[in-house]
Amino acid sequence: MNAGLVTGAVAFWLVTWAINEWLVRVRARGIAARLINVLVPVLFGAALLVLWEGLVRGFNVPSVLLPPPSAIWARITVSTATLWADFYQTFIRSVLPGYVMGCAAGLAAAIAIDRSPFLKRGLLPVGNFVSALPLVGIAPIMVMWFGFDWHSKAAVVVVMTFFPMLVNAVAGLNAASRMEQDLMRTYAASYWHTLFKLRLPAAWPFIFNALKINSTLALIGAIVAEFFGTPVVGMGFRISSAIGRLNVDMVWAEIAVAALAGSVFYGVIALIERGVTFWHPSIRGGKT
Amino acid sequence: MIAIAAPSTAIGRTGIWTRMSHGTTVPVLIVVAAIIVIWYAASVWLNSAWQFQVFARGDGDWTWGEFVAGTFSQDRPLLPAPHQVAVELWNTVVGQNVTSRRSLVYHAWITLSATLLGFAMGTGLGILLAVLIVHNRAMDRSLLPWIIASQTIPILAIAPMVVVVLASIGMTGLVPKALISTYLSFFPVVVGMVKGFRSPDQIQLDLMRTYNASSNQTFWKLRFPASLPYLFTSMKVGVAASLVGAIVGELPTGAAGGLGSRLLAGSYYGQTVQIWSALLMAAALSAMLILAITVAQRVVLARMGANA
Repeated sequence: MNAGLVTGAVAFWLVTWAINEWLVRVRARGIAARLINVLVPVLFGAALLVLWEGLVRGFNVPSVLLPPPSAIWARITVSTATLWADFYQTFIRSVLPGYVMGCAAGLAAAIAIDRSPFLKRGLLPVGNFVSALPLVGIAPIMVMWFGFDWHSKAAVVVVMTFFPMLVNAVAGLNAASRMEQDLMRTYAASYWHTLFKLRLPAAWPFIFNALKINSTLALIGAIVAEFFGTPVVGMGFRISSAIGRLNVDMVWAEIAVAALAGSVFYGVIALIERGVTFWHPSIRGGKT
Repeated sequence: MIAIAAPSTAIGRTGIWTRMSHGTTVPVLIVVAAIIVIWYAASVWLNSAWQFQVFARGDGDWTWGEFVAGTFSQDRPLLPAPHQVAVELWNTVVGQNVTSRRSLVYHAWITLSATLLGFAMGTGLGILLAVLIVHNRAMDRSLLPWIIASQTIPILAIAPMVVVVLASIGMTGLVPKALISTYLSFFPVVVGMVKGFRSPDQIQLDLMRTYNASSNQTFWKLRFPASLPYLFTSMKVGVAASLVGAIVGELPTGAAGGLGSRLLAGSYYGQTVQIWSALLMAAALSAMLILAITVAQRVVLARMGANA
């Protein structure tokens, strides 16, 4: 055990904590306030990393259990080519097509069943139930049906993203109030006009909610599906084969890439949401 | 008497019928029936290729009736027919001793115990974090963004690694799986409880102030009761997530049992019927857990005098 490293890391953590306590009490406006909003979580994250590094090195935790962040970073810089190939196979070829197809199908199905109150009452409870199921379990079946390549992973992603989108979009399509729909009627607007000018815009917050939920689900679905059979490339394959050799820093490197991809994916959708639903109170109020 | 009673029963009968068809019961039943019909049709279609091969090897004489019956009774169908799965479920749930390794109840219990342990830890952790976030502004500003970011990490994808690594230092059995369930189920609880603790109106908080209530009293007498509906709603999301966590956590521990290992074993040996019955068992588990929480919610909220 190396006491110096441990106390150093803990001291760093306490200092950043104190700075944060001070920062949230500062009354700032405009750019300074925004800067503080970014700075507080960043400082907290940095403190976590330093604490991790200090404790792991200080207590000599075996790197099989938990490698320090610096070792993970070293692994990332050494094997960028492999990581990129895995990222391309998993994210670009499996997640994105599956995500687009699943969300589009969910939205289309929502619009289709929205015209029939009977179907809506019948399908919504079923859809709610299905979206609470452990749907990743269908991964082995999809691998059996669609083969080892990206098709089966995309199929898992389609199934996983379909139901959250269906349920949210149906709720969203009912978000426009009776009054607004009556107004469209007095304008003699057709069904499609009402749909595109009133009901879809009113549904955007719900649809984006589903898109955000699905962004995480899609990545999980693709990676888990790769555990059940895959060509020799892909993040899930790399994780499971690296575990077999207890090559833990490679696993953590893949996790870092997956976390980065997941966060960026989520962030891009959140940005698009800000642009599309600029009128919504939660965005106008300056909160996300 | 009879003349009066008859129309009233008739009204009662139509009442139930209209209520059911205007409610959700009949539509849901019809949708479920439609799903089963589509399932049968799909299993004929998907299994047809294999069945054609079987007939081609035979004497070449077959009728459509034999063909359909054949697609419903293959040993390793691409898509088993619903009744095949039902038979397998019946055999493994009722037909086996519950302590036997061939019993699905045995495997479901392994998964369920990991789920419940993880769910309890996750709910506890979530409530604790929410209390910290509500009472400390620095925690609020620094922790909440990271809690949200933590969920964009596909943690489920590394669940097998957590299990294997913990096993290498001698932690096996329930705990590693439960840890994954914890990680998945704390997030909905944190988000829901932060919202719930903040749900009392300013006017109610002001009333507590005029009573000179300490922040401890405000918490126990106002914030905590106000947050209970949020707690139950987020627990429903959390328990479903922790079941998923437990199942995925079982994928690498093939020998140790559990629904996840049934899935993996089924996919290795092409036992599709076994995969589907494990999936249906997982669905039933998740439905039961959510139902249990719904019942608890009704009881607790009714005791507290809520009109929900």
